Amino acid sequence: MSQIPNPKVALIGNPNSGKSTLFNALTGLNQKTGNLPGVTVEQKTGFTKIPQDPSIEIQTQIIDLPGTYSLYPKSADEEIAFKVLCDPANPLHPDIVVIVVDAANLKRSLLLATQIIDLKIPALLALNMVDTLKAKGCIINIELLSQKIGIPVIPLNSRKKEGVEDLKKVIGDTIKNIELKNQASEAPAFRKEWGEATPLIKDIRSVVFTHSDYSAFQVACNVDKISFFDQHPEKKKAIKFVLQKHQPNIRDLQGKETIQRYQAITVLIKEVSTYNNKISVQLSQKLDAVFTHKFYGYLVFLAILFLIFQSVFSLAQYPMDFIEGVFAKLSSFTNTHMPTGMLNNLISQGIIPGISGIVVFVPQIALLFTFIAILEDTGYMARVSFIMDKPMRKFGLNGRSIIPIISSTACAVPSIMSTRTISNWKERMITIMVAPLMSCSARLPVYILLISLVIPSKMIFGILSLQGLVMMSLYLIGFIAAMGVAWIMKHLLKSKEQSFFVMEMPDYKLPDWKTIAITIFDKVKMFVLEAGKIILAISIILWVLSSFAPNNAFEKIDEKYKAAEYASTSPNELMAKIQSEKLENSYVGILGQKIEPVIAPLGFNWKVGIALITSFAAREVFVGTMSTIYSIGKSQDQLSLQEKMREDVNPQTGKTYYTLAVGVSLLLFYVFAMQCMSTLAIVFRETKHWKWPLIQFVYMTGLAYTISFIAFHFLK
Amino acid sequence: MTPQNLSQLPLGVSATIVSVDENFLSLKLMEMGCIPGEIVKISKVAPMGDPITISVANYSLSMRKKEAEGIVVMC
Repeated sequence: MSQIPNPKVALIGNPNSGKSTLFNALTGLNQKTGNLPGVTVEQKTGFTKIPQDPSIEIQTQIIDLPGTYSLYPKSADEEIAFKVLCDPANPLHPDIVVIVVDAANLKRSLLLATQIIDLKIPALLALNMVDTLKAKGCIINIELLSQKIGIPVIPLNSRKKEGVEDLKKVIGDTIKNIELKNQASEAPAFRKEWGEATPLIKDIRSVVFTHSDYSAFQVACNVDKISFFDQHPEKKKAIKFVLQKHQPNIRDLQGKETIQRYQAITVLIKEVSTYNNKISVQLSQKLDAVFTHKFYGYLVFLAILFLIFQSVFSLAQYPMDFIEGVFAKLSSFTNTHMPTGMLNNLISQGIIPGISGIVVFVPQIALLFTFIAILEDTGYMARVSFIMDKPMRKFGLNGRSIIPIISSTACAVPSIMSTRTISNWKERMITIMVAPLMSCSARLPVYILLISLVIPSKMIFGILSLQGLVMMSLYLIGFIAAMGVAWIMKHLLKSKEQSFFVMEMPDYKLPDWKTIAITIFDKVKMFVLEAGKIILAISIILWVLSSFAPNNAFEKIDEKYKAAEYASTSPNELMAKIQSEKLENSYVGILGQKIEPVIAPLGFNWKVGIALITSFAAREVFVGTMSTIYSIGKSQDQLSLQEKMREDVNPQTGKTYYTLAVGVSLLLFYVFAMQCMSTLAIVFRETKHWKWPLIQFVYMTGLAYTISFIAFHFLK
Repeated sequence: MTPQNLSQLPLGVSATIVSVDENFLSLKLMEMGCIPGEIVKISKVAPMGDPITISVANYSLSMRKKEAEGIVVMC
């Protein structure tokens, strides 16, 4: 019987080895992603039931580690795998490791596999994508491979879920046997001869307990990165003493180790497999001829971006209209069917419009994330990095920066997390600092509302919609600003670290729809829950602040309009006057007027001011706030927010308040301003210093104020 | 038959890796399969002349020309 009550199984492998697909096949939707601000877990974890005895299944935690090529980390994402596997004090340190290997890339994948085998953590090898291997005309003798490397080998096609049950069964057997084997795997060590490092390893093993010579070598290489030794300072001291004595040239030793491992792997592969020399990678080559072509390469890239944004706007319109309709009905339903009073108002005027403002752009977010996931999953993003590396270098960036920059159009939070693949500190910092200038999906509803308000719906040359063009130029302005700021930062930031670009170009493949579906579900859920919480709280606070006023101001207003001079005014007009005066005198009105002097130079009134304050937590709150402000006391009428805003008259001009100048100024403000708590939180977490989010906030908001000011006075 | 660095190798010509210069990146390049004795060729050059994609260890790896200069090959 197993003695481990809650076993932990880690999945590790090269990038593109199909690890995530296997993770999804094992856990389904029973998983959680750590990429939320405030959550300290950086890796995905999930649960699955592993068969133990015919009648017993045990709940097992599966940990999906970021892809890596070796145990010597070169970038922040690769470091996670190392920390989990080599640090016994890590909360996710696994009982069993499943090494996921792309069968078509056996040689390179086995490097990491042999390193893990030498750590002597109980391990299994999941030989993934065996079907593509057959197509390539290659046969691997699974039993012989297993015998040679000393750990079970399970052939898999994780996309088709073939072999997943077998894998679970072998995991179950391994868990059962862990106690019997007393944690030491029977696998043969791949690195048997340590040559000049032998005395070092011997000394390390004499001062700390390690499972193998290789674990001892890992300790020698990375003692400062292993938190276990922070808890045991006396051991750390002893290790440092050993290192002091031997003065090992770690890089040289690691290089020799790598060469030796590859030599062993080359022999091994010859023994266990027959490769057909006519390996067909022609499809990838043909596609590359177009996608990385001197001229068409960039053209195709632009066309793909254009297509994505076009379809995001046009396709999302239908579900958005539908959602808006449902919420409008829901609001009027609660309004008429609930007993009138405070609670009714709070729900029908505060909460429902607030939630509606966020749910309505779920279709757009989902679509954007889908397209980006497809680009990544098919292998196209790697080509974009490849063709963009040289132009990006001029701006202090790296070819790898293009992925975070593009995915920032969906959301800056996951995109900033994905900068971990950029190993150069300066390039990574610049990418983090400029990525939020790309217009994210939270800005979309603001853009849509304001564009339809101030830009006439005209066609240019009969085919191009003016509103669509304005939308495109907002995205373009964000991109140009990002490049400009990057260029400036390139000259400001000092770093001696060398930049490099070494990246695998995976073969093109069809996207795995299940993985994409789970990714989208995950992101949308995170968005709705996280943003939803803030928006819900803000709409309640707003409603309270706008429904009450200091010094009985509301009663005084009611009194004032009862006077004889208003007797001739029509009831509707009177009602509107009362309500707008009440809003102005409410707590929220007072707050808005307090900040009006600051934003008046940009052309904004106090209502916009309130929306600006509330959307400093998250931009999308703008629309929710506007609909709350513009629906206080007005729930009877069926006007849309846009119509209500258009009816808002500027008392000085007698015309609509939302002129072209105000609209453009507000649009530009939202392009540049840093109005996202989640982004600031993630920047803090990734840079580990408050300085960076602060600089980001100041420069972006300063840029927003300046540019809005110029635009407003130019157009006025 | 003289040794040259990988970045000078003509497009599509196969060569054998002789050595990898020791620098901050040598371990990374070796881990990615650029090991002495391996056969490599440049399979693609990016539109602006840099980076390049090489075929090594049965897969495609891209790197900048500067990085390829550290890999010594022989035709």
